[in-house]
Amino acid sequence: MLKLEDLKIPDVEAVNLTIGPGECIGLCGDSGSGKTRLLRAIADMDEHGGQVYADEIAQSDASGHEWRRRVSLLPAESMWWFDRVGEHFHAHETQLRMLGFDEAVLDWQVGRCSSGEKQRLAVLRLLAHCPRVLLLDEPSANMDSGNAARVESLIRDYLDTHNAMAIWVSHDPTQLERVATVQYRVADGRLQVLDS
Amino acid sequence: MSNGLILLTLPDLMLASLLVLALIGLGTRLGLGIGRQLIIAALRTTVQLLLVGLILESVFASSRLPLIVLIMLVMLTVAAWEILARQKRKLKGWWGFGVSAFSLFVSSFLITALALTLVIKAEPWYLPQYAIPLLGMLLGNTMNGIALGMDRLVQTAWQQRSVIEQRLMLGQRDVDAIREIARDAMRAGMIPIINAMAAAGIVSLPGMMTGQILAGSSPVEAVKYQILIMFLVTAGTGFGVISVLQLISRRMFDKRERLRLDLLLR
Repeated sequence: MLKLEDLKIPDVEAVNLTIGPGECIGLCGDSGSGKTRLLRAIADMDEHGGQVYADEIAQSDASGHEWRRRVSLLPAESMWWFDRVGEHFHAHETQLRMLGFDEAVLDWQVGRCSSGEKQRLAVLRLLAHCPRVLLLDEPSANMDSGNAARVESLIRDYLDTHNAMAIWVSHDPTQLERVATVQYRVADGRLQVLDS
Repeated sequence: MSNGLILLTLPDLMLASLLVLALIGLGTRLGLGIGRQLIIAALRTTVQLLLVGLILESVFASSRLPLIVLIMLVMLTVAAWEILARQKRKLKGWWGFGVSAFSLFVSSFLITALALTLVIKAEPWYLPQYAIPLLGMLLGNTMNGIALGMDRLVQTAWQQRSVIEQRLMLGQRDVDAIREIARDAMRAGMIPIINAMAAAGIVSLPGMMTGQILAGSSPVEAVKYQILIMFLVTAGTGFGVISVLQLISRRMFDKRERLRLDLLLR
């Protein structure tokens, strides 16, 4: 269970929200409304008010890196620091295949990957350390619809097998309908639930 | 002339200054615009060095510890300030000064003290004829390495802040997220002294050794001192850069292991 208790970031009313095991909620809103800042606060990347619990563990009781191993943020643009893909993480073979790669990809040079490939690889890297909560900031923004669908089914599969939770930020309402059980919108400085 | 030493006279120096004046004349004639800077720099070096010469004469004559310490502190302050002045991204006020001063202290003061007491064993150990030139050489050389290492660390961390944040988001510890950058900064700081050691004697004759030979020492004796200095400078630069890396990379992150360059930089 992921629980946000009076989570406070600038210009947005305190957020209270609970996400159950295996559940994925959708989040939309205009650019600059605070979606990314909300995710960063949940991952404890920025200073913020309020408390967050992941499976009864309070954010403030865990060290920064312990918390972020459980509650991991996938940023809209992925960053890489070594030359080759495989130096960054140990990939699960089945997950690799679900996104249309094989082991050869681990030997690829990051600099030669397209932005869509990097984003798919970033999803694999995120799942490699088995986080309990996935904070996905437009995970399929640079992908064609086929690859976007692969990412959607991989995430769904991951949440089901691990009973994990996710917050999925997207500008595509039809995608959010597919992946999310509940949808929220950040607008007018508030988190509002959308009726489906 | 005493014991074969050739002493320079005022006319000797004036002869050399004629060369600089000739250069200024030619530069002005060709409109190269370096005259003003050259005059100021030449005057500065003359006045500064004469002053230092006079001060050292009196310090050497008296050998009083408080006076020696005072001079050393002035040297340290100026060197720390120079390190900060070399930085592209300015660290916050007193904290930045503290980091450079502390790192110079570790790299130069402690090493000089060790060399004086354990290696040179002058009597007393703070004998200014040894202590002040030795400290000066260590400060001058470690200052370079520390300034380069600090600049590289801060500059790279700034450019790669989104990479550092990405690593944090994946649950890496702050020390791991900055590891490659710190390693790179360490290398940048050590390159000058590694080059100096590798090239010593073949590409260049180090200044101190040259000076000792000119002053009448046998080359082999001069070489021994030069090797001592090289080792001291290497150790000093290394410890100094490590101190800078530790202090600054800790300060880059807050208690929650978030990247906080805003706390570090002006």
